[in-house]
Order: sequence, then structure tokens, then C-alpha cells
Amino acid sequence: MSANGNATPEEVMAITASRLLADHKVVFAGVGMPLLASAVARHLHAPHLTIVLEGGIIGTSLRPGRLPISTNEMRAAYGAQMLTDITDIFLYAQRGYFDYGFLGAAQVDMYGNINTSVIGSLEQPRVRLPGTGGANDIISLCNEVMIVTAHERRRFVERVDYVTSPGYLSGGDSRTRAGLVTGRLGPVVTDLALLDFEPASKRMRLRGLQAGVTVGQVREQTGFDLLVSEEVTELRPPSAQELAIYRDLRDGPAVAAAETVAAGSA
Amino acid sequence: MEQVAVLQARVQREAAGRPVVDKRMTAEAATALIRDGDHVAIGGTLYSRTPMALVFALLRHRRRHLAVSRTLACYEIELFLATGALDRIVASWVGIGLPWGLPPVFRHYVETGQARYDEWSHLALGLRYKAGAMGVPFLPTLTMLGSDLARTLDLQTVTCPYTGEQLAAVPALNPDVALIHAHRADMFGNVQVDGYRHMDVDMARAARTVIVSAEEIVSTEEIAARPDQTMLPHFTVDAVVAAPYGAYPHECYGRYGPDLEHFDAYARSVREDGTVGALRYVERNVDAHADFAGFLAAAGPGRLAALGADAAELMPR
Repeated sequence: MSANGNATPEEVMAITASRLLADHKVVFAGVGMPLLASAVARHLHAPHLTIVLEGGIIGTSLRPGRLPISTNEMRAAYGAQMLTDITDIFLYAQRGYFDYGFLGAAQVDMYGNINTSVIGSLEQPRVRLPGTGGANDIISLCNEVMIVTAHERRRFVERVDYVTSPGYLSGGDSRTRAGLVTGRLGPVVTDLALLDFEPASKRMRLRGLQAGVTVGQVREQTGFDLLVSEEVTELRPPSAQELAIYRDLRDGPAVAAAETVAAGSA
Repeated sequence: MEQVAVLQARVQREAAGRPVVDKRMTAEAATALIRDGDHVAIGGTLYSRTPMALVFALLRHRRRHLAVSRTLACYEIELFLATGALDRIVASWVGIGLPWGLPPVFRHYVETGQARYDEWSHLALGLRYKAGAMGVPFLPTLTMLGSDLARTLDLQTVTCPYTGEQLAAVPALNPDVALIHAHRADMFGNVQVDGYRHMDVDMARAARTVIVSAEEIVSTEEIAARPDQTMLPHFTVDAVVAAPYGAYPHECYGRYGPDLEHFDAYARSVREDGTVGALRYVERNVDAHADFAGFLAAAGPGRLAALGADAAELMPR
């Protein structure tokens, strides 16, 4: 058994991310792990965290075991305090109301630029991906954006094939020079590490390691020269309570309880 | 990027006339208003409140050289591609839904250059409809700057005349036709929806021709009993189509949930057989039936009732 017990890489990432969400803030979440991470935070240390979804849904709660698979569907609106339209939701972001945004990444580079458009070139694509959705807007307009993704060498590339969602572009002040005066990149959370961006160069920097992971393992899975902070902390593994809440939300209480019993007898 | 012609759109609106008449017609008659080469905006988002009865009727006409815009587009895009109706997609995301992986028919057509995909950000496309709805040629915004999306689309910037700040200038989009599915409409085209409105209001007000299908056709008195629920007034609407379960197999807020098993079957079909699988879907679900009611009958009343119960359970009470 690893240092993270029986937690899956996705659970480790979600719980690491959930701890970074403060109370009395507004988070713009996507479906899947970001939504679950936000909901776990609400159950534990951030009961006044407001969850917003791009379908025009403000202040949603989750029905355990009935999670939405689109940000625009009824399950995403369960318990919501307000329903509006999509353009309107993003205008709240542009106005500065959304403290956190969450993004995944098919490819992310050393400056936090994200590609979800194409593998290869746009003219001669190897794979044409579905596209940005709201990701470009989230990274341009939310006050602080958290990137949460599996730590794999093929994802963490020196330069993305295509800048769908602009991070710090080519580093330094290039983001603000491009006119992106709002928003900044916050932490990058992976199943191996916690990273941030060095303030001057805006290059990705290792800050923390998931339990049992070494700097060498992170470097091995990173396709560029990674900066390493002078102080690298070890992250706490998910607690039993965090995992139980996460699994209850994801699967519904009955299923999660049965799985725990099965795991205990194995 | 197409030529922005806001004033032309306005001239057409001014000239169109706003008669308060019975606008009810069949889905087939309404979608016959769509011509080869038109830009069709499809309401709803992904698999929510998609005007599927209208989409199926349009598929039946086998139009050519259409452009379709929709911010998060679902597998209806693949049906248009496979039947040879579609040249250009304007969207921020095209797929089936996250659990079903990459859409193979879309990939094939775009990767081989048989269809063009103009990828805008979610907000940028929303603002394009909004500019069209406002009757202005562009709107300034802080999104899309610095990205390859902006470079690919040759998106221009504008300098604020008051502060000197640089902003992206998102061009108006005035579709030829908007297809919208709603909960209620009267025969004149006063339209009400429950729940979120997606981008439907701006999309409709930007469009040259607006076709609305509705779960129920109600009296004007019933509309007037809840005027705050009205999303479009009658003078913005050209055709009204009665279409109970008109978003099926997609969801309609508060009425019925999405038929995810139907999506599974579609996804399996195109994963195995690509374009042939999508064509088979059209043959079996669109061409094989005289109208949308035939497709619903094939799904079966038990299935529809179960999706209705699913939706009721999620509603506030």
C-alpha cells in the first residue's frame, strides 16, 4: 500500500485541491473532480464557499451519487440559489467576482499555457480535440486559477502545440503585455506534486510533494526543466474523513459504505 | 471570419413586419424556411434543451453547405456532417459529452479538412450573439487575448477611447436562423422557459428568422399570468412548432432528464463505424419515421415517463 493508503490518484488530487479553497470565496468549478473538490471543501473547512458552474448556475449543492456530467444539466443545478444564462456567468467572472477557477489540461507547459484544441498543428492535426469550452475565459478572467491534472511527461511539455488558454505565455510580463490584465495562475495540483509559478520568470516551480513521492519522480514525469523551491514540503495524505466525504458525494452514501466494508474485508 | 453586417441585419428586421398572427406550423414546414448555405444557430447547450424535433426536421431536408453555431455542441453536429449538410462549425467545444470521449465523426471531417471548425471561447461566442442582439458590430472584452485562438481567428483588438486600455473586439454574429426549444409558447410566439436560458435570448434576437418549438402551446392569457417568465416576445418569433418531448433524447429542465443510454448506443455506433454509424443513426431515428412523434413512439412511453420522473426528483420543492 502506498503512502496515500487506498486513495486513487484522482482522489489525492481532488483532496489536495479542496484544501486550497478558503471559506467565504466563490469558485468557478467544472464537472467531475473540480466540482467534487469544491464540495469536499464545503463539507469540511469552507461551508460558505459558493460553487458556480458555467451553465449559469450559482450556489449549487450536490445530490450525493447523482453528479452531473455536464455543467449545463439539471443535476448541476440541484439546490442552486440562482439560475442565469451562460454569457452572464462569464460576465461575473470578467467583473472579478470569482475568486477561483479550476482547469484540467490535455497539455500544459512551463508557463502554464494550456492546450485543449489540437495535438499536432492546426493545419495538419494529429488529433483535433473538442476545444476550449470555457477554459480560455476562466484562465483569462477568474481571479486565481488552479490547474489540476495527472502528472505525466506527455502532458507537462516544454511548449504546448497550441495556446488554447493563455497562462503566462512566454513568461515575465508577457501575459499583461498581451492585454490580460485580470487573473493570475495559482497552484498546479497533480497526483505527484504541488507547484506554483516563480514570481519573476513565471516558470513552473515545485513547492510540495505528495506523500511518498521524490523530486526525481516529479522530474521524470515533467517534460521541461522544472524549478525547485528552496523549501519543498511534504503534503499530508488524504485523511479517512476527507476520503469518506469524497466517496459519499461521488457514489452516494450507500455505495461508498459498501465499498469501505468490502475493502476492509479484503 | 464572416463579414459582420449588423446594419444589414437591422434593415432586414425593420422590413420584416411584425404581424400578430397564428404562427403555428409543423417542424417540417418551419425548417423548410432554412436554405442551403444558411448559418443556423442551435439553442440550448450540449444535451440540455436542444431543439431536437427541429434538428431532426432539418436533417430530413438534407440541406447543403450549412454553417452551424452552438457554444457546446453535441452529437447533432456529427449527424449534420455525416449527411453532408455542414461545411462550417462555430463553437467553443464539440463532443458527445465527457464520458463518451472524442467525437469520431467530427474528428474525421475536421482533421481531413472536409469541414471547418471556428473555435471561439465560450464567452466570446456568447458576446458575438449579444452584439448581434444589441444591434452593434462588436463588443469589447478582456477574454481571448494572447491566445492562439485569437491568432487563428484573426481577432482584432480595440483601444478604449477613454482610458487607452486594449480589449478584444468580438464581432457580432447575426445567424440566418435560430432554432430554440422552450417549455411554453402561445400561437403568436410569446415564449417562456423554466430554468437556465443558455444563450437562447441573444441568439434569437440576433437571428434573421426565429423558429421556436415548445413542449406546450398555451393561451396568451396563460403567458400573461407569468409575464416574468417570458424570454422572447412574439415580435421576435417567426414560427411556432408544438413539440412535446421536443428536446428528447436530450433533457428539458424540470420536464425530463437526458436519455444517457441512447447516447451510449450512438457513441458505440460511431466508435465502431464512424460516419457510417452516424448515417445509420439518421436512417433509423429520423428517416424511418414520418415525423418526430414517430421517433418518440419508438422510444416508448415507459422510457419517456421514467425520464420525466428523473427530472421531477431534481426539482426544488
